[in-house]
Amino acid sequence: MDYEPLVGRSAIEEISLLAEKLSGKVVQNINSTRSGGGVAEVLSRMVPLLQQVGVEAQWNVIKGNQEFFQVTKKFHNALQGKEESISPEEFSLLLEPSQGTVEEYLHGDIIFIHDPQPIALIAKRRELGEKWVWRCHIDVSNPRPEAWDFVREFVVQYDAAVFSTASFAQELPIRQFLIPPSIDPLSEKNRELSGNEIESVLAKYGIPQDKPIITQVSRFDHLKDPIGVIRAFEMVRGSMDCRLVLAGGTAVDDPEADKVLAEVKERAAGNEDIHVLSLPPESGSEINALQRASTVVLQKSLKEGFGLTVSEALWKGKPVVASAVGGMRLQVKNRFNGLLCHGVEGAAYALRLLLSNPEYARWLGENGREHVRRNFLITRHLKEYLLLFLSLYHPEDIIYL
Amino acid sequence: MLREVPDSVIYYHTHHFIEEHHYLIPEPPNDFAVWVRNTLGDEVLSERLASIDTFDFPTLESLREGILSVMEESLVSKRDPRDAPEGREFHFAKSVSVILSLPYVAYDLREFVEVLREVSRGCLYFHIFESRLMNGQGMNDFSIWMRDTLGEAELAEKISHLDPYNYTLEGLRSLLIQIIEERIK
Repeated sequence: MDYEPLVGRSAIEEISLLAEKLSGKVVQNINSTRSGGGVAEVLSRMVPLLQQVGVEAQWNVIKGNQEFFQVTKKFHNALQGKEESISPEEFSLLLEPSQGTVEEYLHGDIIFIHDPQPIALIAKRRELGEKWVWRCHIDVSNPRPEAWDFVREFVVQYDAAVFSTASFAQELPIRQFLIPPSIDPLSEKNRELSGNEIESVLAKYGIPQDKPIITQVSRFDHLKDPIGVIRAFEMVRGSMDCRLVLAGGTAVDDPEADKVLAEVKERAAGNEDIHVLSLPPESGSEINALQRASTVVLQKSLKEGFGLTVSEALWKGKPVVASAVGGMRLQVKNRFNGLLCHGVEGAAYALRLLLSNPEYARWLGENGREHVRRNFLITRHLKEYLLLFLSLYHPEDIIYL
Repeated sequence: MLREVPDSVIYYHTHHFIEEHHYLIPEPPNDFAVWVRNTLGDEVLSERLASIDTFDFPTLESLREGILSVMEESLVSKRDPRDAPEGREFHFAKSVSVILSLPYVAYDLREFVEVLREVSRGCLYFHIFESRLMNGQGMNDFSIWMRDTLGEAELAEKISHLDPYNYTLEGLRSLLIQIIEERIK
């Protein structure tokens, strides 16, 4: 594996030994989109890696029309605590999760369902697979009761559930595993870039390097609080010369993105120091360049399942300001490898602190890179998925293989 | 709850930091101390919990009693202990250990030290930290093998008396290599 120089030979050896123990098992991953957002991004790297170490991993996507994804987006929001009105008809739409997908492709020894959209597939348990795991990528620490009660009916039929952090876990009669997601250091989004590559991306988007750059990369989604980012930037800009880059894309399963993007553009209109970039799905190297060109990276989400962009920035040695929510608390240990904030004013204060103390900012960034190397690279994630799959066949607390 | 949870819960909350954060050493060495400080704002109790030396306890049961006695002593002296705000509750988790053989075998100290350079941090962690609390002898696997198989009682004792919680895993690896190399030179 090409990851050996980054994590050491022994770590790779262990992965191979664990993978051998899964010989003959088919792991079927199912989610709702092939591109856009963190889930698809991790799967696009994880599935080939599982195959590379000898696990027969597959990835299929349920089909859905716009109406289906409008409902699943509402659900997604409600599970993250946002008030949404969901009608009985909309609830019933979720009961037909395969949405025309040819189910014969969905077989596996282990069926690994990602997020709520395909959760009702568990109804086909006997036909499709032996062991079922629900992987929850979102922050369900404080869900709307009606949404969680609906989802819970399905979750309890699974063999296990996986959450990114302990605060998302729920009281359930099934086993729950804590596995945070990860970034791939060799992907286009995270590989090393030359100065020329970075400069050409900045030139392409018309971003001068004449002053410090603050960047937030994320889908255009209210829960990522892009308007809050602009407000924080304006508070900083009052006393410090700097630019803001808000870069993000859309996802097939997120029908709200265009509306939010329009709101952001309207709010930013007339301010030449704010650059709003709507990027197509395959923009990994461009995001990489924007992050590497940044002085500070911000992730001011109101809710966040994990926030892969934080690990991406930390891996690049960037000082990060992140909201103290969800999985970002795992990635940022306040004042040791980044700064946490709780609101617009806190974000502005942290940004000013980092812009005016570059040595401190550099120290935080160095610590951040090591924190990611230890905890949030795909090799750790791969190993934990292998352990998860193996533990489905071993209910005990100490497993001898 | 602390009195009732399985040993694997006590183990998780007193050990998971070793592989996750040990290079920075920013946090007290158990989750209980972190939560008491950051959520309940009780710095005195947090300091007392943080200063519990896990190495002093040969089993998880005795470690649990050690933590409980500090907490109970503190509770007796408090009239109105603070509650955690909503969303900041302590979430109990347990560890699941998966143990498998690695393709490394040593027949003497020279081979042992060469293997020690190669094995993963997870392997080092298991034989030093986890085995000491699990094997009922209060001694790490390496020391037991050196004493019982190689007859190296003095070396075994020296390694057994190292408090591994004071080192990073890589620092511990270097120290073990140094001690064994001194013995075989």
